[in-house]
Amino acid sequence: MQLESKIPAGPLTQKWTKYRGDQKLVNPANKRKYTLICVGTGLAGSAASASLAELGYNVKTFCIQDSPRRAHSIAAQGGINAAKNYPNDGDSIWRLFYDTIKGGDFRAREGNVYRLAEVSADIIDQGVAQGIPFARDYGGLLANRSFGGAQVSRTFYARGQTGQQLLLGAYSSLSRQIATGKVKMYPRREMMDLVIVNGKARGIIVRNLITGEYESHAGDAVLLCTGGYGNVFYLSTNAESCNVGAAVKCWRKGALMANPCFTQIHPTCIPNSGDFQAKLTLMSESLRNDGRVWVPKKKGDTRRPNDIPESERWYYLEEKYPSFGNLVPRDVASRNAKYVCDAGHGVGPTGYAVYLDFSQAIQRDGKDVVQRKYGNLFDMYLNIVDDNPYETPMMIYPASHYAMGGLWVDYELQTTIPGLFALGECNFSDHGANRLGASALMQGLADGYFVIPYTIAPYLASIYGEAGSVTEDHPAFKETTKQVDALFKKLTSINGTRTPDSIHRELGKVMVDEVGMSRNEAGLKKAIDKIRELREEFWKNLRVPGSLNDYNKNVEKAHRVADYLEFAETLAIDALERAESCGCHLREESQSEEGEALRKDDKYCYVAAWEYKGFNQKPELHKEPLVFENVQLTQRSYK
Amino acid sequence: MSDTINITLKVWRQKGPGDKGHFETIPVKDVVTHMSFLEMLDTVNEQLALEGKDAIAFDNDCREGICGMCGCLVNGIAHGPMKAMTLCQLHMRKFSNGDTIAVEPWRARAFKVVKDLAVDRSALDKIIQAGGYISANTGGAPDANGLPIPMEIAEKAMDAAACIGCGACVAACPNASAMLFTSAKVSQLALLPQGRPEAAKRAINMMRTHDACGFGNCSNERECEAVCPKEIKITNIARLNREYIKASIGSDVM
Repeated sequence: MQLESKIPAGPLTQKWTKYRGDQKLVNPANKRKYTLICVGTGLAGSAASASLAELGYNVKTFCIQDSPRRAHSIAAQGGINAAKNYPNDGDSIWRLFYDTIKGGDFRAREGNVYRLAEVSADIIDQGVAQGIPFARDYGGLLANRSFGGAQVSRTFYARGQTGQQLLLGAYSSLSRQIATGKVKMYPRREMMDLVIVNGKARGIIVRNLITGEYESHAGDAVLLCTGGYGNVFYLSTNAESCNVGAAVKCWRKGALMANPCFTQIHPTCIPNSGDFQAKLTLMSESLRNDGRVWVPKKKGDTRRPNDIPESERWYYLEEKYPSFGNLVPRDVASRNAKYVCDAGHGVGPTGYAVYLDFSQAIQRDGKDVVQRKYGNLFDMYLNIVDDNPYETPMMIYPASHYAMGGLWVDYELQTTIPGLFALGECNFSDHGANRLGASALMQGLADGYFVIPYTIAPYLASIYGEAGSVTEDHPAFKETTKQVDALFKKLTSINGTRTPDSIHRELGKVMVDEVGMSRNEAGLKKAIDKIRELREEFWKNLRVPGSLNDYNKNVEKAHRVADYLEFAETLAIDALERAESCGCHLREESQSEEGEALRKDDKYCYVAAWEYKGFNQKPELHKEPLVFENVQLTQRSYK
Repeated sequence: MSDTINITLKVWRQKGPGDKGHFETIPVKDVVTHMSFLEMLDTVNEQLALEGKDAIAFDNDCREGICGMCGCLVNGIAHGPMKAMTLCQLHMRKFSNGDTIAVEPWRARAFKVVKDLAVDRSALDKIIQAGGYISANTGGAPDANGLPIPMEIAEKAMDAAACIGCGACVAACPNASAMLFTSAKVSQLALLPQGRPEAAKRAINMMRTHDACGFGNCSNERECEAVCPKEIKITNIARLNREYIKASIGSDVM
C-alpha cells in the first residue's frame, strides 16, 4: 500500500494558501444535496458540524453523552495556543510551527503542522466572536501567558476552564444549527460500525444507549471526531465514556492506525489510592514551578513525610538534572517517578507516588503567595486525598493523558477509506511523538472550524453524481447491523465470572507497567503475550448481566473492552517495532551514555501505519517516510 | 488512612419513564472512605453484576466536576451535602459508619426519568437552541482584540459562563424552574458587547422555550444558588428579568 500524504507542492509557507486556491469547490446550491455524518461532539466534532451546516450541508451529528456539551474536551484546563503575538515578544506562525514540530520530536509532517500554526490565530477571533470570556488585562485586551516551558506568551485562557469555554462556544454554534434544522442531533448513541458501499464510507450503525436498538444512518461522508484512546491504560485522566471503539471499527474496515505507541503521560496527577479507583485527576503542571519533588532515600520508608529529616530525602530530579531540576519536561519527570517507585522508594498507600513539596516555597514567599497561585489546585487535592498540601507534601504520580497516535489521515484529513475523515485527537496528524501544552484545543478546533470545511470539498465534488444515492435501505446496512447484533449476542452469552471492568483493570496494569513511559524489548514481548492471554480470558470468561435492550453500562463496557484488547496489542507491537526513544517514551535500549533519550532519525523517521489483518492476526506495517525540508532535526538535552 | 464504613443505600430504582419506581435497600459493607460517591456506586454495581443483577443506572462522565453529566439527590440535597461540588467530587469520608443514604434522581416535570438515577435533560439543550448563542458563522470574525472589553465585565461574564448544565438548580427549586440555568447564559452573552445585537430576541426566545418545556417560574427561594456546584449567583436571574422586561417593552422583537 502506497501512503499518499497529499501535501501540496511549493514552499512551506504557501502550501495551505495554494491548496485553498486550487481545490475544487461545491456549488452553494449543490451543498444541500449532501448529507454528512459527524461522530462526536468535542471541539473537533462540534466545530465541524456547525461550520459545515453553516455552509449549507445537511449534517447528522452523534454523541455518546446525554448532551453534546459534555464531551471530554470540556475538561482541558490550561489554555489554547495561537500565534497572535499580542504581547510583542517575538512569536510568529513560524515559531509556533517550529516549537510544535520540535516538541513532537520530529515525527509529524511539516505541511500539517505549519497549517495548524497558520489557522491558530483565526480560532481566537472565532471564539471571541462567539462570546467566549477569555481572560483580559485591565485595558480590556486579551491576556496571554507562557505555558509548558514556551519562551513566548502565546496561550489564551479562560480561568482554569479554557476547554469548557471553547467547547461551550462550539456547542452554542452547533445548537444554533440544530435550531435551523441543518444539523440533526442524536445524543446517547454510540457508533458500532462503519458502512462501506463500493469502497466508500457511506454510513454508520449506532446503538441507542437507552433502548439498545441499532439504528442505520446513511450519508455521503463520515467524519470521525471521537477523541483518543488514553483509557487503554484503564486509569487515565480521560472521562468514563472515552473509548477507542469507533476508530477500531474503522480500522477493522481498512483505515490505518498510525503511531499508536505515541501516548502522553502527564506527570502531575493525583495518585491511585486503591483498586476501586475509576480515574485519575490531573493537576496543572504549573505546580512544578514551585514544588520540589522527592522520595525517601530509604526504601519502603513508611514514616510520615514531615517526620523524614532533610538529609534522608532524595530530591532525585534536582540531583540528576541540575540545570532544569523539577522543571524537566513531562516525559523526563514521568519516567523518573516510575524509576524511583519501581526501585522501592515510592510513597502512599500503593507505593506508586512521589512527594511534591511546597514547604520551601511557603517559607520563601509566604502562604498567601502560594495560595494565590495554586489555591484551587490545593483545594482540589485536599478534597480528593484528604490531606492538606500547605502542611504535608502533595503526592503525585504520572497518568495517561492524551493520545498523539490515531487514524492515519492525509493532508485533507481523509483516511485510507474514501469518504472517511478523522479530526482532532482521533487522528494522528499534528503532534508527532509528543504534544505541547495548550495544543490539543488548538488542533481540535483547527480541524473542525478551518480545515475540514475546505478539505472535504474535493471529495464531495468527486462524488457529485452519487450524492444522496445510498440510503438506509441499502443491503449493506442490514448486513452490518447483523454483524453488530451477532457481536453483542456473543458478548452476553459467555456467562463467565469476570466483569468487563475487572479485565480492563488488568489490561491497564500491563499497559502501564510495560508499554507506558519506559519500555524495553523483553517487557513489550511479555506485554503482548499477556494481552493475548487477557483477550482469551475475556472471550471465555466474561459476564455481562442485564438486558441488551436497555440502559446497560455493562453492555457498553463489554464491547469497549473487547476493542481495547485488540487495539492494545497493536499499540504494544508498534512500541516494539519502534526501537528508539522518542517523544514521551524512553526505549531503554536507545539511550545516550548519560542515560537520556536517544532518537534514531536514520531508522525511524517515519509514520508507522498499521493495517488490520483479522482477529488474532499480526497487523501489517506501512511506512510513510517523513521528509524535513525546512527544519534541522535536533536532539533534546536537559542536563 | 484507608478507613472503611458500612452504610445502607436506599436507591431509587425505576425501569423507565412509564414505570412507577421504588426505593431499594442495599446494605454496602466495607466502603473505603477514600472512594468518591460514584466509585462507591461502581463497586455496588460490580457486586450486582457478579450476582447477575441489573446495575444501578446513573449518568456520569468526566469525574472531575466539569462535564455536568452526573448528579442526583443525596439525602434530598442535589449533589449531596458539600457546597460548590458535583456528585463525582463527593467522597465517602463525608459519611459515617452506619449511615443510611437516600439516593434519588433529579425530580422535575421537564426531566423524565430515563432509568433509576438517570434523567432526560434535553430540555436544557432546547433552551440553548432557542437563543443561547451569538450568530457568528465560522470565518470572517474580526480581530479578537478589535473590541476591548473591561476586565470586570469579562470576569462577570466568565462567572456566568461557568455553568455546567447539570440541572441541580432545577432539582433543588420547589417550582422546578430552570431560571438559574437560563439566566447564566443570557447574562454571559448580554454582558459582552458581541452578544448585544441579539440580546432582546435571546431573552424572549429562551424564556418562552423555558416555559414551554415545563419548567416553573422563579419565586426567589434561592435553593438553586445553594446547590449550584459552580456557585452561579442568583443576581443572574435579576439580570435575565431586566433583559426580558427591556425586550418586552422597548424592543421590536415582541
